[in-house]
Amino acid sequence: MDHSTEQLNRVFAALADPTRRDLVARLAVADATVGELAEPYDMTLQAVSKHVKVLEEAGLVRRSKVAQRRPVHLDADVFDLMTKWIERYRRTAEERYRRLDAVLSRDTDDTDDTDDLRRDAS
Amino acid sequence: MTTSQRETRIAASDEVPTIEVLREFDAPPERVFGAHVDPDLFAQWVGPRSVTTRITRWDANTGGAWAFANDRDGAEIAAFFGSFHEVRPHERIVWTFTYAGAPDGVALETLTFTELDGGRTRLRVLSVVADFATRDAMLASGMEVGVEEGYAKLDALLAADS
Repeated sequence: MDHSTEQLNRVFAALADPTRRDLVARLAVADATVGELAEPYDMTLQAVSKHVKVLEEAGLVRRSKVAQRRPVHLDADVFDLMTKWIERYRRTAEERYRRLDAVLSRDTDDTDDTDDLRRDAS
Repeated sequence: MTTSQRETRIAASDEVPTIEVLREFDAPPERVFGAHVDPDLFAQWVGPRSVTTRITRWDANTGGAWAFANDRDGAEIAAFFGSFHEVRPHERIVWTFTYAGAPDGVALETLTFTELDGGRTRLRVLSVVADFATRDAMLASGMEVGVEEGYAKLDALLAADS
């Protein structure tokens, strides 16, 4: 797996969690400290800090060493992320439909099968 | 990629939580439709290569229902179910789609089969879900049933994270 795939996988893993998705959505509006980020949630500051760390390791956000004093900044372009999601989804769909292509071309080789299929489908 | 012109196209709306998929096939609508309603054919292409699709319920008629499971190395790794809301031969299928692992989530999918010149077909699949978070999770879901075996690594990452 190449570097960019690994990076993308980290991004997907980070965003698979609903809390982290929410954090990204809020950081897309404005920078915020971990304390500010924690306010709406029924969870400890440490738990929120851990979520931010996962986002940081995925390259989605940046913060300084004094994490709880300095604002968290969203590094990634969310629209760019969406483009990546769509491209991966597209590739999945394309692979699926290539399998369908193969099924359809197999049928062409056997006229009887095609007749069966037509009858079954109608 | 000698067939780039017909490669799958995807559109995700900013206005409503939908995903639109467009793809063309070198076969007439009745056969592309048939590969969606015949369970033996459907099972051959719907799942990733690394899994076996096992159809557990199939009544491809208006008001019918479907269910299938994906097995890997003989063990079930995912299951899906839904209803056939409308099956209009060679033209249109409307079905619901739920991943059994997230039973409260449901996508409403409308499949339209349009005849093109030269005995070809354009398939349009429009999926609608409840909200943007669900839609985005669907877009990101390539990782769960990924087409590339490398995605298994991501599955491990996700499992370790939870």
